[in-house]
Amino acid sequence: MSEADLPVEARTVRLEVARTSADGADAGRRDVFDVPYDDRTSVLDALQWVKDHADPTLTFRWSCKMAVCGSCGVMVNGRPVLGCETFVRGYRTSGLVVEPLAHAEVLRDLVVDTDTFLGKLAAVQPWLVPAGATRLPLVDAPAEDPAPDRGEDALRAHGPSSGSLQTPGELAAFKGFAECIDCMLCYAACPQLDPAPDFLGPAVVATARRWDEDSRDAGELDRADVLDTEFGAWPCIQVGACTQVCPKGVDPARALRDAQRVATETWEARSRRG
Amino acid sequence: MTALRVERADVVVVGGGGAGLSAALAVAEAAAREDRRVPVVALVSKVYPMRSHTVAAEGGAAGVVGDDDSLEQHVADTLAGGAGLCEDDAVRFVVERAAGELYRLERWGLPWSRTDDGDVAVRRFGGMSRARTWFAADKTGFHLLHTLFQTSLRYSGVDGPVRRYDEHHVLDLVVDDAGGPDARVRGVVVHDQHRGEPLLIEAPAVVLATGGSARAWGTSTNAGICTGDGTAMALRAGVPLRDMEFLQFHPTGLPGSGILLTEAARGEGGVLLDADGRRYLADYGLGPETPVGAPVPRTMELGPRDRLSQAFWHADRDGRTIPTPDGGVVLLDLRHLGKERLAERLPLVTGLAKQFAGVDPATEPVPVRPTAHYTMGGIRTDARGATGVAGLFAAGECASTGLHGANRLGSNSLVETLVVGRAAGEAALAWSRAAGHPGADGGAAGAGAGVGPASADGEVVDRAAEIADRYLAMRGRGTEPPAAIRAELGRVLDADAGIYRDADGLRRALATVEDLRARYADVRVADTNPVLNTDWATTVELGATLLVAHATVAAALAREESRGAHQRLDFPDVDDVPRHSEVRLDAGGTIEVAHVPVGAEHDMRVGKRPITTPMSFSAERGAGS
Repeated sequence: MSEADLPVEARTVRLEVARTSADGADAGRRDVFDVPYDDRTSVLDALQWVKDHADPTLTFRWSCKMAVCGSCGVMVNGRPVLGCETFVRGYRTSGLVVEPLAHAEVLRDLVVDTDTFLGKLAAVQPWLVPAGATRLPLVDAPAEDPAPDRGEDALRAHGPSSGSLQTPGELAAFKGFAECIDCMLCYAACPQLDPAPDFLGPAVVATARRWDEDSRDAGELDRADVLDTEFGAWPCIQVGACTQVCPKGVDPARALRDAQRVATETWEARSRRG
Repeated sequence: MTALRVERADVVVVGGGGAGLSAALAVAEAAAREDRRVPVVALVSKVYPMRSHTVAAEGGAAGVVGDDDSLEQHVADTLAGGAGLCEDDAVRFVVERAAGELYRLERWGLPWSRTDDGDVAVRRFGGMSRARTWFAADKTGFHLLHTLFQTSLRYSGVDGPVRRYDEHHVLDLVVDDAGGPDARVRGVVVHDQHRGEPLLIEAPAVVLATGGSARAWGTSTNAGICTGDGTAMALRAGVPLRDMEFLQFHPTGLPGSGILLTEAARGEGGVLLDADGRRYLADYGLGPETPVGAPVPRTMELGPRDRLSQAFWHADRDGRTIPTPDGGVVLLDLRHLGKERLAERLPLVTGLAKQFAGVDPATEPVPVRPTAHYTMGGIRTDARGATGVAGLFAAGECASTGLHGANRLGSNSLVETLVVGRAAGEAALAWSRAAGHPGADGGAAGAGAGVGPASADGEVVDRAAEIADRYLAMRGRGTEPPAAIRAELGRVLDADAGIYRDADGLRRALATVEDLRARYADVRVADTNPVLNTDWATTVELGATLLVAHATVAAALAREESRGAHQRLDFPDVDDVPRHSEVRLDAGGTIEVAHVPVGAEHDMRVGKRPITTPMSFSAERGAGS
């Protein structure tokens, strides 16, 4: 009897999961489970089924289940994906091999180190540096006094009463890079993290470009000090795997290309100036 | 007892979402303004801050701008939505500071959607009489959270005031004289999931910013982390939970998964259709019918959320919905907006519908049904987030400031996280300094103040170690599978604590929850590993969820009227006098519900006791007699 003839509730898919204990003792272990599924079962649902019904010690991250929090990235059959938006139905014949994201230290089972990534992110100063700032002010200039007191009962606005202007075109210039959810799938896909593990990497450079391209920001030279270095933007060889696996349509390959071009132009400008 | 690592901070913030990051940034900024030792704010999150559930908010954040709007009008709309249960001072406090906080985020780089002239654009939202909802396409919460988080990295360096404790699970508060007149917070007991060890973060001030608890329902928009942890901690510490029966159901979730399709879809002109393709809302008091593509504030699809969810319930009962295995559905029709408009204003909704429902909204209407969404009640605080326990503050969805009353207007909550988060952070720092904390005056550890060997009161350390031991002892014990308890809780809340309730259903739910709590006493935690033990962590969360659900069902049974999001089939009328419900745990652990008049006790200064009416209620003694 073929799988398609079975009643829905009896359909199962073969799920093979890489296991690593917290002390690394059993690295390389694989566990196999037959997981019931229907058309809406996601990889994350399948992992949760294992945890609830077969092995409560299986360890993985998840939260929003709607592809926006960035927690549940895993490798499925060698490809980095978000578990919540990847459906088991696509693997009914092949089965699934679920592994932790590549190019990151495995802490336990499917959970990888995020701190290294966040350290790289902080290094590119992913915050707005206002124009004209020689040193970044830590606080906004004091807001103008609120409107004159109209008595106890009158409502008065508090806080800044204006912001910057930015046209839709200026917004569009960086908005694509601002869609990054820090899920680290692009790091798992990037071949350059094998020879150069200290490479800032796709998502971080995309975020640096997000701020550089923002018309309100003037922090480009500060970030160039980080991007135009051996492990900044330069390890990228434009394979484009990062852009292909991005679940949010960010184009980190373009960000890296742009960062390398800007670094070259800045270097040329600086050397001409002598 | 387990050896307990002890660290010290001036302020502990529990939760790294919109409210928690706002609170931490407020402390950091206060530090930068002053010529004093930099205070240490410990930002503790059980996930990484950018994974917090604020990330999933879609529609926008309300703040008055422009000449055709006024603060008074925003206040009036909010009060109307809140159906008598708003606290006037909290509404005014938030409304006055809303636009200022949103402009501050603009200056921090939030990519707000823009008008052609370059001004921040605003859109219409349900229950708001003017267009005042700021938005970043339909990913407002995502951009708001990432802007806050990335800005916080400025302050998170080695010597920065913000010390992050990522993937650290807060087990409980340490409180002196919990429930008594001298209640005072001393710190939090935390489990470091990476190192696999407990620690005490000792501090005179704690801000709870742990989000809502609607994950308790089986079908919910909430992330897996929205388990009511802080809410349960506050209740155990003697702080009442106010108005917990007011649980907002969002009218447009995807069936089954409960994934949110933002109200902005209707604000942009989307319409709701019944099985026959008719706009059914006009038949349930939300008319007159407006032309398709020309939405009118507070009418039809832009009516308040509670009314839309209630209209669905009636339409479902009247046989006007389309049956599916997930229950009846209606259709959200966005086709007339066109592909381009959808891509510009509603890209996330478009993607979610395609990915999770297999429907392209440009060509087909999307099946939707109401889903549990937002916890309007919570930890009782004043407008600035202060609770009745000295040094303890709460902000964001876990708090009941009095802003939302009986029904929250969409786009008021994101702004509340910013305004009250900031206020609570500032108040917590002020409290910490006033308390003469050694850490705050540089007396403890010199340059590294805030970390290192602590001179914390030995008695506090002992109590913290006891708390840690109690939780750690859950590992490797028990027989009741947590998954079964969780599933049963979701089922009973969906069935009996939904959009409409009655005494029979709520009594069933109460009995079930009490039974589940009894079973939880013997819950099975199979995983004994100390590091990243998610079996244990989620089971600890389940304990909090059960307690908060118990409080919610008891409060719902005790409120014998229909108001806002709380609709009783057996008590359809509104009481003449609006009262808050307040749930407490008595000394024996019994849940007690009392009712107090609105506005009577909103000042949470230490020593002020609530004025309770004689109508007290105990879940054990039965309903509201």
